[in-house]
Amino acid sequence: MSKTGTIGDSVFRTILIIFAATIIVIVVAMIAMMVQNSLPTIREFGLGFLTGRRWQPASDIFGALPFIYGTIVSSVIALVLAVPLSLGIAIFLVEQAPQKIARPIAFMVELLAAIPSVVYGLWGIFVLAPFIRSYLGPVLQSYLGWLPLFQGRLTGIGMLTGGMIMALMVTPIVTAVVRDVLEAVSTTQREAALALGATKWETTTIVLGNAASGIAGAVVLGLGRALGETMAVTMVIGNSPQISSSLFEPAYTIASVLAANFAEATDKLYLSALIEMGLVLFLVTFIVNAFAKLLVIRVARRSGAH
Amino acid sequence: MKNLFSGLMIFSLLSLTLFVAGCSPEGTGGKGGSVSLQGAGASFPKPIYEKWMNEYGKVNNGVKIDYQSVGSGAGQNAIIAGTADFGASDDPMKDEDLKKAKGDLLHIPTVLGAVVLTYNLKEVKEPLKLTSDTIAGIFLGEIKKWNDPRIAAENPGAELPDTEISPVYRADSSGTTAVFTDYLAKTSEKFKEKVGTGKQPNWVQGVGVGAKGNDGVMGQVKNTPNTIGYVEIAFAKENKLPMALIKNKAGKFVEPSLENVSAAAEGSAGNMPEDLRMKITNADGETAYPIASYTYILAFREQKDAVKGKALADFLWWALHDGSEFAKALHYAPLPEAVLKKVEGKINSISSGGKSLREGAE
Repeated sequence: MSKTGTIGDSVFRTILIIFAATIIVIVVAMIAMMVQNSLPTIREFGLGFLTGRRWQPASDIFGALPFIYGTIVSSVIALVLAVPLSLGIAIFLVEQAPQKIARPIAFMVELLAAIPSVVYGLWGIFVLAPFIRSYLGPVLQSYLGWLPLFQGRLTGIGMLTGGMIMALMVTPIVTAVVRDVLEAVSTTQREAALALGATKWETTTIVLGNAASGIAGAVVLGLGRALGETMAVTMVIGNSPQISSSLFEPAYTIASVLAANFAEATDKLYLSALIEMGLVLFLVTFIVNAFAKLLVIRVARRSGAH
Repeated sequence: MKNLFSGLMIFSLLSLTLFVAGCSPEGTGGKGGSVSLQGAGASFPKPIYEKWMNEYGKVNNGVKIDYQSVGSGAGQNAIIAGTADFGASDDPMKDEDLKKAKGDLLHIPTVLGAVVLTYNLKEVKEPLKLTSDTIAGIFLGEIKKWNDPRIAAENPGAELPDTEISPVYRADSSGTTAVFTDYLAKTSEKFKEKVGTGKQPNWVQGVGVGAKGNDGVMGQVKNTPNTIGYVEIAFAKENKLPMALIKNKAGKFVEPSLENVSAAAEGSAGNMPEDLRMKITNADGETAYPIASYTYILAFREQKDAVKGKALADFLWWALHDGSEFAKALHYAPLPEAVLKKVEGKINSISSGGKSLREGAE
């Protein structure tokens, strides 16, 4: 950055630097506070906190594994459902759809992103859970019932419902990013492929190949969103700290246990356990987002080189 | 740009003013005719407290009372830390927490609440009858089906389906859970040992689902067949959910009516300790509903600010007398006469500088 010499510019620059520094200070301060406040459980349980399977606040036993398990599995379910859907929507919007149709569909996808989390949760309780209990669940059990994934009691409330709600919430984000990534692939490539006699399908696979790492970035961004989703998931996942192979059984996520218990936790060790759990979630999300950023940078550089 | 800057300036000035106003401990209390009180605590009595504060404001123009429902635990902390003029808690405070308070902290029972068992069974038309043993069995995962002989024995003639029971409990820390588990632990050794008592006990893993808040449990039960859950009575009544009859200590099946809840307080009034901290689950009395509790307002006996202290004492007096009608409309049971007499004494003991603030009042 070169100085222009006027006082105004240097004042402006200083202000901007202060603004930028604020974000660093906030992140560092948050981590420091969380580490400091979770010291009691870090001292008491050490790594056992992350591997413990029992969560009994009343007896001061804190094991975070069921929550870590619930968070990861529900997020994976969300991605498995949301990624193909989002890819399909984005490819259609960029490669196939005429403007007249693409516009309203893109608008609706963005609208989905604007719906508040609690509304998704209510919809989950009143529509999705009964649907899974009465239709989807029995069908899955009769065809895939031999898999441990689909055994057990079917109440409509549980891991699968939580994952499906999350999938709906992740879809708009992944779709939007994939669409941008696909649009960044230069038109000359498509023209070249078509000129060589490639079909639409073959052209699309070439475009997808070039956009691969950007798409991966979109997926990881979606994962970050899923990991942190709280309200809607709390309402449908069943909030029971257990590790069950069945997707119909209730589970619990880190974000949900924080939301449900933070306000009432007065005991020092309990509070510390919740904060350490927040720290774990914070670090996981942080790593996931950093990973996504790297991927997106990579695809941007590559398409710039062409 | 200029507009933006002046906008920012105004905004920061405003927030500074608010900040300063919030920092001054006296607030608007003390001077002129107007007093402002701040309370914080339990969410269970929030509807009645807000109603009282609203109605009291109408008859007493100078007093403005705000209540934040931040939870019982936070309410206890707020009064100990002095960030609120009064606290509110469903659970009476523990001895060790009382010691943290700088001064003599009074427990003023305001209304009674009841925890009801609500269920989703289309086939069953008459209210289900449950005993503490069957409830404990269901929540321990020992009674698995609705047509279990232990349930059927108490409900002759009821069409109990051959389906699995799914219990719903509170996933968040809650006073409702504390009352419910206190009742079951009193009556079942096994429940006491395996689950225990408290706002967040050790629910048996793999049994039932957890939901957040009374509304969460209600939503779950309302929408899922074969569920059973426990909620505050007001939630069940407002939503017209079925409520089970519970067998009380006297061996009678009683419905959770306001009279029966008051009867539980009446039956146990004789054993009430001097500081009024008391649990009234499984109370004596022919018609006593067994899963009931007081909810308390917490206030210091010795008030630093005489004007605020007097406003608080007068408000409490009004709420427990003129205000009891509003309580019934909102499904809270009013205190029985015998308890009210004791509470009146407590309110009258609120003082400032050694002088009772209620002196000369009606």
